[in-house]
Amino acid sequence: MRAHQNPSKNTIKLSCKNIWKVYGDDPDQFFTSGNGAVANAHAHADQITKDNHIVANADVSFDVHVGEIFVIMGLSGSGKSTIVRCLSRLVEPTAGEVMLDGEDLLRKTESELIEIRRHKMGMVFQSFGLLPHLNVIDNIAFPLKLQGVAENERYAQAERVIELVGLQGRENNFPKELSGGQQQRVGIARSLAVEPDVWFLDEPFSALDPLIRKQMQDEFLRIQSVLHKSIVFITHDFHEALRIADRMAIMRDGGIVQIGRPVDLIMRPVDDYVREFTRDVPWESILRAADIVESHQGSVSGMKKISGDTLIESLLPYLAEHESGVAVEDENGAIMGVVTARGVVAALAAGCDVDIADADTAD
Amino acid sequence: MPLKIDRGLMHWLGVIAVTLVCIAIQGDISWMKAYPKSLVVPFSDWMNTGMQWFIDQFGAIFLAIATLLEWPIKGVQWVLHALPWIVCTFLFCLVSYIASGWRLAIFTLFAALYIVVLGYWDESMNSLSLVAISVPLAIFVGFVFGVWGFYSDRAERIIMPTLDILQTVPAFAYLLPILMLFGFGTTVGLIASLLYSFPPMVRNTIVGLRGVPSEIVESGIMSGATPAQLFWQVRMPTASKQILLGVNQATMASLSMVIIASIIGGTADIGWEVLSTIRKAQFGESILAGIVIAFMAMIMDRITSGLATQSAEYNRKQQTLFARYRYWIIAAAGTVTFLLLAKLIPAFQEWPRDLQFSPAKIMNEGLTYVVVNFREEIESIKKFAFFYFMLPTKIGLQQAVSPFTWGFELKLVHSLGYAVMMVAIACWCARRWNNQVAIGVLLFAIFFYFGLTNLPWPALLLIYTVAAWKVSGPYLAVGTLLGLGFLVVTGVWPQAMLSLYLCSIAVIISFLFGTAIGIWAAHNDRVSAIVRPINDTMQTMPLFVILIPFVMLFKIGDFTALLAIIAYSFVPAIRYGEHGLRNLPEGVLEAATMVGCTKSQLLWQVKIPLALPVMMLGLNQTIMYGIAMLVIAALVGTNGLGQTVYIGLSDGDFGVGMIAGIGMAIIAIIADRMTQAWSKKRQAELGISV
Repeated sequence: MRAHQNPSKNTIKLSCKNIWKVYGDDPDQFFTSGNGAVANAHAHADQITKDNHIVANADVSFDVHVGEIFVIMGLSGSGKSTIVRCLSRLVEPTAGEVMLDGEDLLRKTESELIEIRRHKMGMVFQSFGLLPHLNVIDNIAFPLKLQGVAENERYAQAERVIELVGLQGRENNFPKELSGGQQQRVGIARSLAVEPDVWFLDEPFSALDPLIRKQMQDEFLRIQSVLHKSIVFITHDFHEALRIADRMAIMRDGGIVQIGRPVDLIMRPVDDYVREFTRDVPWESILRAADIVESHQGSVSGMKKISGDTLIESLLPYLAEHESGVAVEDENGAIMGVVTARGVVAALAAGCDVDIADADTAD
Repeated sequence: MPLKIDRGLMHWLGVIAVTLVCIAIQGDISWMKAYPKSLVVPFSDWMNTGMQWFIDQFGAIFLAIATLLEWPIKGVQWVLHALPWIVCTFLFCLVSYIASGWRLAIFTLFAALYIVVLGYWDESMNSLSLVAISVPLAIFVGFVFGVWGFYSDRAERIIMPTLDILQTVPAFAYLLPILMLFGFGTTVGLIASLLYSFPPMVRNTIVGLRGVPSEIVESGIMSGATPAQLFWQVRMPTASKQILLGVNQATMASLSMVIIASIIGGTADIGWEVLSTIRKAQFGESILAGIVIAFMAMIMDRITSGLATQSAEYNRKQQTLFARYRYWIIAAAGTVTFLLLAKLIPAFQEWPRDLQFSPAKIMNEGLTYVVVNFREEIESIKKFAFFYFMLPTKIGLQQAVSPFTWGFELKLVHSLGYAVMMVAIACWCARRWNNQVAIGVLLFAIFFYFGLTNLPWPALLLIYTVAAWKVSGPYLAVGTLLGLGFLVVTGVWPQAMLSLYLCSIAVIISFLFGTAIGIWAAHNDRVSAIVRPINDTMQTMPLFVILIPFVMLFKIGDFTALLAIIAYSFVPAIRYGEHGLRNLPEGVLEAATMVGCTKSQLLWQVKIPLALPVMMLGLNQTIMYGIAMLVIAALVGTNGLGQTVYIGLSDGDFGVGMIAGIGMAIIAIIADRMTQAWSKKRQAELGISV
């Protein structure tokens, strides 16, 4: 198990079950009393399409644990933006249920929902969604202003999150005076100003240049390492998903194709669609020692010992020098086996055909 | 390209054949030539009866409203008159400075001095007080309807067509019902200008609110905004620029309508000053008063559009109390100072009459000199245009060519030669371009030979309906048929054709010349820089004022009206022409250049075809402007619907005026839908959006 995966995360923060979103003249006709559980989701979706309705989400279910980064990855039109809007009820799901802290979000009244959004949820948007007529600090303090928080107090709070995202000195600038990266920092700061538990990020870095994007991903991971929010992160970039996800879901045609840890998806793609994404993944930066460990008879006393969490790419120089390989320990210090240069080459060459016996135990 | 004979071509050839047959037999069948009087549906009588009934029932309510509205106008008038001119001028300059800067403030000062010195202060303030009441009302009403239309699709479906009608029915036409309902007085101007000026506010409010990016709205919702907070703190501020543009347009419309409304008289405002002097042929005076209107229009335009652009430039927080309220403080201090000054120096209170100065007399003398000495030239210009261009379009070459006009008699040889030449040109066009152009040439040839007013109405009805069908589809075709049918059965068809003739000549000339200038301006920054302020000025200039110089030189008549229409309607042709050419996809131009286009090939084979949809929108606007001006031009003696509206107004005949007004609206709406449909079709084909 990986070090940055905290074992205490197993409480479910947010979950959705059998979510359907159908657009058209009369979407409700396809579901009895908002129940999204159908026997064959595929067949049902086909039927809906045949009736001239558009299926944006089909039978989507997943859980987001406390402190977890859950990434939803899909190409454009796959329904990923709709699902995150269903979770925040920006879009009303046609059927299914959304549970936040064990309470059904879809049963909440308009005013209860406003309260929840004011205190429990934060959202970051692809094109930032900043208010053009407010400067940086007023944009960030805007959610607090809506709640009626006094000016001094909300500026103090805004100042704290400005520091968190590293925008000090920009307080009086207007959005159009900032670069894309800076604008998104404002968006992030605004979504954090109310100290939400659940944090939605809808393709937050897609509008940015590749270099800035990388930098923002690092920044995001740093912020998360401090705040431990429960996160739903939408992206169309598979590599971005791999970098930041604790767990991820791949969506296609409104439905979920596969859910799992990045390494699960890479090593055991459920179908060709997922496999297609994994094809040009740099394996050495995904696979960890524990994933390709070989059983070893005899003593490992002379060998260097590493954690099972170590990325293969960082072992390459050492393996080039030491033919016998390195010993791999689990987090309790017990020897799991060894990783050898031959084993690495075999794993990289074979792609998904590696021995995955130990991957099962990881979850 | 070989001649392609397809269904479309056959349809059109059929139409032409029917037209020719109609022309041939119209001598024998009387209803073909003119719709029989006995069959005219007495719509206007019905409308008069209905109106009378309505007034009998509800007249009291409207009179009450009128008296109620009279008070605020009176109040503003009283304030503006009571304040010394120097104080008002100071305040106007301050507002100009805040909205736009020093240059506008100085311009405002200059304009105010002009008004004072020439002795138009009181009249100007009367007009201004009407505007001052009507604009806030229009903004309020427009905003409310705009918000309603934004939130409710059903409301929007009702509001939008109503706005279309309010803006296309000529203003004169609804002056009369207002007059009948609200009685004489300043209120008529107020109501008319309100009705005319709130539509742009509605449109801009809807467009602005629609245009707020969905992510901004979503971010507001996710920040926990209540619906009211979402509207006032998220949607409104984000849409404010567009909404303020609506304020600008509403102000301009309001001013122009206040001026037009003065035609009913009794208001002693600046519009009346222009109109009455025009009627007395005191052109010097009328142009001097016209300049006052132009000044007012320009300043109001710059102030409101300045505020709109400023709204997008958010200022940093003002820290000190003085800085935050500095303009109010300056305004108060200045007012007090100038009030005291005015007490000390009487000339600041009221400009002494003997210090007033008017160059009108000199101008009149100068004009007389020009008209007397250049009579030959002026007459020959007029005659040339009239005999060789206007008359043939109106009554056809067939009648226009005579020894008196063209210097020879039209014989069979000439007619045959003309026919052969036109058919040859049509064939050449079909080979060179396409069948549509060829059909256009043939139809033009027929129009020009027989004259628009001499063509039998069934044939014209058929041509327009088929054209609508080809351009847009069955809906527009049916609409066209019904609309034009209305003109026929109400008996205003002959007047409609007279209007159409004047308007189409003006539009063709405006469009061709305007587009040519637009193309030039698109390729030459200096031309563009010269043309732009001229366009701006022409567009802010109230329609009345444009008439003056032409009436001065060419007296009243069709030719003067034609020139005035052209002067007003060539502006959009230039604008859209330049805009269309300047905003072409860069990649296409580079590709065309790289395959070796010469400059003229680039222009004719790449740029113009691509820019054509935008140019067609320009044509659309040219037509709308032309029709708007046509009504005003009726003041200087044209025949046609415009004049009928005007007659209805002066005779107090509601039905007649209204039918003619609706008739103009019908023509405008059909022309609008046809050009829009064509432009949209073309855009879709080219995969571009304007």
